[in-house]
Amino acid sequence: MIAAPKRTDIHPKERRMILKHADDPSYDTSVDCYIEHGGYETLKKALTLKPEDVHDHVMKAGIRGRGGAGFPAGMKWKFLDRKSGKPIYLICNADESEPGTFKDRQIMHKDPHQLIEGMMIAAYATNTAKAFIYIREEMPHGAVILEQAIEEARAKGFVGDKIGGSDYSCDIVVHRGAAAYICGEETGLIESLEGKRAYPRIKPPYFPAALGLYMCPTIVNNVETLCHVVHAVSMGGEEYAKIGTPNNSGTRIWSLSGHVQRPGYYELENGKHTYGDLIYEIGGGLKPGRQLLAVIPGGSSSKVWRAGERFKGKDRGGNEYDWAIEDVPLNFDGPMTAGSMSGSGAVIVVDDSVDIVDVLANINAFYAHESCGQCTPCREGSLWMKKITSRMTSGHARPEDVDLLASIGDQIAGRTICAHGEACAWPTQSFVAKFRDKFLERAERQAASGSGDIRLI
Amino acid sequence: MAFEPSQPLRDYTEKVIPRYPQKRSAIMMILHAIQREQGYISLEAQEWVAAQVEIEPIQVREVVTFYPFYREHPVGKKYIRVCRTLSCALNGGYKVCDKFLSEFGTKLNETSPDGRVTVEFAECLAACGTAPVAMIDDDLYENLTEEQVKELCDAIKRDVPEQAPAPSAESTHH
Ligand SMILES: Cc1cc2nc3c(=O)[nH]c(=O)nc-3n(C[C@H](O)[C@H](O)[C@H](O)COP(=O)(O)O)c2cc1C
Ligand code: SF4
Ligand code: FES
Repeated sequence: MIAAPKRTDIHPKERRMILKHADDPSYDTSVDCYIEHGGYETLKKALTLKPEDVHDHVMKAGIRGRGGAGFPAGMKWKFLDRKSGKPIYLICNADESEPGTFKDRQIMHKDPHQLIEGMMIAAYATNTAKAFIYIREEMPHGAVILEQAIEEARAKGFVGDKIGGSDYSCDIVVHRGAAAYICGEETGLIESLEGKRAYPRIKPPYFPAALGLYMCPTIVNNVETLCHVVHAVSMGGEEYAKIGTPNNSGTRIWSLSGHVQRPGYYELENGKHTYGDLIYEIGGGLKPGRQLLAVIPGGSSSKVWRAGERFKGKDRGGNEYDWAIEDVPLNFDGPMTAGSMSGSGAVIVVDDSVDIVDVLANINAFYAHESCGQCTPCREGSLWMKKITSRMTSGHARPEDVDLLASIGDQIAGRTICAHGEACAWPTQSFVAKFRDKFLERAERQAASGSGDIRLI
Repeated sequence: MAFEPSQPLRDYTEKVIPRYPQKRSAIMMILHAIQREQGYISLEAQEWVAAQVEIEPIQVREVVTFYPFYREHPVGKKYIRVCRTLSCALNGGYKVCDKFLSEFGTKLNETSPDGRVTVEFAECLAACGTAPVAMIDDDLYENLTEEQVKELCDAIKRDVPEQAPAPSAESTHH
């Protein structure tokens, strides 16, 4: 019933920066507790600097977005259209809706002031007029915790008028979603925050940094990204950049789920570990007697990896690599080099107790449900892919389904307003490419699912 | 039947609208407050919301009908959402759902004959590390087994009196 129970089994390999105190049994969400642990000192420090200098720390730190795309936060802030003279808005994306992801939940429920401090520093650096937290509806306790934390921070002068005794004022408003995944997409989120359907906007021209909330310049950053701002400014951008590996600085919270012995969230230094370390050593490996079938490396929209496959080539530095899944570095660039992405940091492990067609059918049902319906390829394509894979799981698979699925996927990606098009196409495209034999085999067997212990659809 | 907003709802609405640079932005928060109080959002309530934020009722209805969480009809006393998405399904989420349904002798997306519960599937609830999970109203239940589901259902049967099933969809419309 607790919205985010404390973890007692923190793995020795973890390097906890964002979740440093979160699971400490005596740590709570009050402002006093946060201050006792040195909280809001960095905001005070930031207020003594010029906004550009705070921004510079974030640039030098090389903080990359933790929400999905891994875009450098400092660079994003640079794109803000300051010439327009319109107010600037900051939005914290707390929609946490990519299947497999449950890290922002920990931050918001256990250490809300860290997020608030990060937001106020980001707001100061960008001269934000007003800040918002868009939290998904399915975290009602989280919304209450955040509202209360903001109230307490306001009473201490860290949010609201003349923060920390400076001339700068900025308030934070908590806004709740209503169970639509597409509100995680930043322009859909903005429409939703304007009190409309969450129909994503087309880019160009609607880049939030120029034409965002109320057509004003707007920054959208993920919860975890904004927390990293505190640490970058606290230790200084250059020091921060030493954590992790080049171009992959800092730590990252990985959400590990599916068929592993110790699922959970693990904060690790970027690039210092591999997918093998996460799945086998930290996550305890597979259940007894099971074989690995597939790994989904960065949220359910990321392209799947098939057990046993190898990734070979030359990286940008000209170095040759020859990796198994287990060797892929756990950072932003590793999974990209291996043809997929780290996305939201959600690693889903699938063992051989289930059929791969069923797995895709489950994923397709999600994306078909969540299409906003504006673009024909996404709306019709996601539903069509869902119908085909559902039919395949009901004992009516056909050999030609593989190519049909691939062609539908190919006709969605790149032809839609927002990246939900890719998000729904990538699973199908990658599953049929990598498991072609299994899809054909399913057609041969004509087997229906659902008789076994585990049903996926 | 005209919608009569309660005093707390009026107070909340007055407080929440000025938080936003534009009134319309407050719609979702007001709708949440109405649904919490009334259990659903009637067309009359939508007209009232439209008047508060100075837009047309159809613009409110567009919002209500887009977001899965908002509903225009009453549901059971307890609103149960079982996660259907991959990490939960891999860990038995569908079985958990079946157990809720059989305990109350009901079907997915329907209100049980005793009016106590409505069971639905939800998409990933951002708690996949403790799969399978379900929400009962505001509360999240993790690492669910069939035995635990049975206990939760027994508790609901004990604590929630039987009620007339929710009126059908038609009766809440004009
Ligand atoms: C379909 C879709 C869903 C998304 N869902 C989320 C989400 O739940 N949370 C999130 O932070 N970003 C999500 N994103 C990414 C956001 O659009 C945006 O890039 C991100 O919030 C930027 O923050 P960051 O740079 O700090 O990562 C989603 C993107 C797409 C295309
Ligand atoms: S790609 Fe899909 S979700 Fe995105 S705008 Fe188009 S229809 Fe909507
Ligand atoms: S899949 Fe069920 S909570 Fe994420």
